[in-house]
Amino acid sequence: MTVMTYSEASREAIRDAMLADERVWCVGEDLGRGGVFGQYKGLREEFGEERISDAPISEAAIMGVALGSAMAGSRPVVEMRFSDFALCATDELVNQIAKARYMFGGQCRVPLVSRHPIGIWRSSAAQHSQSLESWYTHIPGLVVACPATPQDNYSMLKAAITCDDPVVYLEHKNIWAMEGEVDREQSFEFGRARIRNQGDDITIVSWSDAANRAAEAAQRLAADDIGAEVIDLRSLWPWDHQAVIDSVNRTGRLLVTHESVQVGGFGAEVTATVAEHAATTLHSPIKRLAAPRALISYAPNLEDTVRVTTDMIEQCAREIIATPNNRANPHD
Amino acid sequence: MKPPSSSRAGNLNLERAVALLTMMERIRAFEEQACLAAERDKLVLGAIHPSIGQEAVAAGIMQAVNRDDFLLSTHRGHGHTLAKGADPLAMMRELLGREGGCCGGKGGSMHIADFDVGMLGANGVVSANITIATGAAHAMKLQRDNRLAVCIFGDGAINRGPFLEGLNWAGVFKLPILFVCEDNQYSATTKTSSMTAGDGAASRARALGLAEQTIDGNQVEEVADVANECVARIRNGDGPQFLHAITYRRTGHTSFDPAAYRPANEAALEQQRADPIDRQRELLTLAGLDDASLDQIHSDAQQEMTKALAEASETPFPDVSQALRDVQDIGSPEQEFRA
Repeated sequence: MTVMTYSEASREAIRDAMLADERVWCVGEDLGRGGVFGQYKGLREEFGEERISDAPISEAAIMGVALGSAMAGSRPVVEMRFSDFALCATDELVNQIAKARYMFGGQCRVPLVSRHPIGIWRSSAAQHSQSLESWYTHIPGLVVACPATPQDNYSMLKAAITCDDPVVYLEHKNIWAMEGEVDREQSFEFGRARIRNQGDDITIVSWSDAANRAAEAAQRLAADDIGAEVIDLRSLWPWDHQAVIDSVNRTGRLLVTHESVQVGGFGAEVTATVAEHAATTLHSPIKRLAAPRALISYAPNLEDTVRVTTDMIEQCAREIIATPNNRANPHD
Repeated sequence: MKPPSSSRAGNLNLERAVALLTMMERIRAFEEQACLAAERDKLVLGAIHPSIGQEAVAAGIMQAVNRDDFLLSTHRGHGHTLAKGADPLAMMRELLGREGGCCGGKGGSMHIADFDVGMLGANGVVSANITIATGAAHAMKLQRDNRLAVCIFGDGAINRGPFLEGLNWAGVFKLPILFVCEDNQYSATTKTSSMTAGDGAASRARALGLAEQTIDGNQVEEVADVANECVARIRNGDGPQFLHAITYRRTGHTSFDPAAYRPANEAALEQQRADPIDRQRELLTLAGLDDASLDQIHSDAQQEMTKALAEASETPFPDVSQALRDVQDIGSPEQEFRA
């Protein structure tokens, strides 16, 4: 066990993966200098300029080149700098990478990780702050990962690099400095949630940094003897529907919270699944707590207006518990 | 574009010249059968994009590379794929969406690939193959491997961003790649010159510092000679090479497109002046081959491809279980949670 930051954990995952497999290489803008957030610091010195490769500001080429290199036997880790810039490489990711194996009848696999730093990061405004994880869950062929802690950023990134599927790897840039213990031996299986807090009164489902806010809210609720079970999904495709359904069957209440826009967000998939499979056990109506369908501002007070906070999660959980389902059948 | 000259016939490599004609005849015959399968037999259900009239580019370029070199092609890629060594029966099955197609019937004409012969995919998105081919070449550099990549795209592709990004990348990293702009003068159904600023493909490549050359893409001997020179330079470590091969698309954009937008007589004039198969036959006649030998090459190709279509049409469609296979390992459709 070592204490490291979320950023260092990702660097160590890459380092260990590169030591274990010489086919692994990283490519993106400014990687030679350690990456825009320092998450590649020291790797150029250790692995050289070919395996920690700079790139022109050509997101489409970075993504397309990574695909071609993967089809020709390498295992690329793509750095998109900000998830917003990955939109410049949407054809390459959605039309090419996600489809290559299927369209070509299984003649190839695309072992590729595309790192897209997401999330609100003080006063970065509308083109450097968004979280589009739900988009990628809609694309057959892609695996979608949203690590929330240093431990998971280590284990999940290593698992992403090792697997043979293309993985969209969404790190939250507001928590690069978050510290935590990392056990290098801890493995990760995609589709397995982490129970961040156990409880019997309400299930709170979340991912990415919002899961950290949910875990904080659960601590506060515990002070009032409210048991909130916080499920950090960690990967959104595949996602751990069984952990969520089992938990809701026990607590009878569900809050889904995420930083991204609520409309069409992945929370809708989670709540729909619970409605299909666990609705009869609900004591209270399901709630979602996420961003309004608005853009993220530069001005700090405006930015805060669309942010989901620990206070809001705590408050929302209390409201759900205070609102019992009206079980009377309107047709009686 | 000039007619074949007797000087070319003088120092002709006869074996290669016959092989080039044979390949062009096979490509033409394959695509004629594919068009019949689409229009007459209604066996090809999706769009196919014939390269009839452009066969010299496929035949000339592909004779310059090895089976294990890489090729990335376009939606108009039957010729490139055949010339790279793919099996016409597997290709025809793919066009018909049948079991045993190159891609198991999942890709169709626009997504033909045959990784066994280094053919890493045709592409349904114009220009998208440029960065992918650049990546295959990049991997060869990383792996200290002597193989190279060939990327063939049309004249329409030079107006999309990946053209700039891919060529710049190949130049920056000095990659082993041959870019070929197969200029058939049409971007889908629009004359490319009317939608292109400046001097076009070669001048854009030159602006990015790439070694470039413009050639007669309907003169297969010239294509082959220049391709051999380019490949030698690439193997020598000289970095990316760019060819602008001017040809002409004799058909519409798809097999169903009558191409009514073309000026009257344009196609007829182009064909008369510059059909690559006719020109190679003339050259071989000058070199002393008799009509019977040349006709035999033609009829062998016709027979091979007629048989391929007949066999393909007898092949069953893929098992329906294939619809959910090969999407992904982690979170595959079979693992999806449904009510």
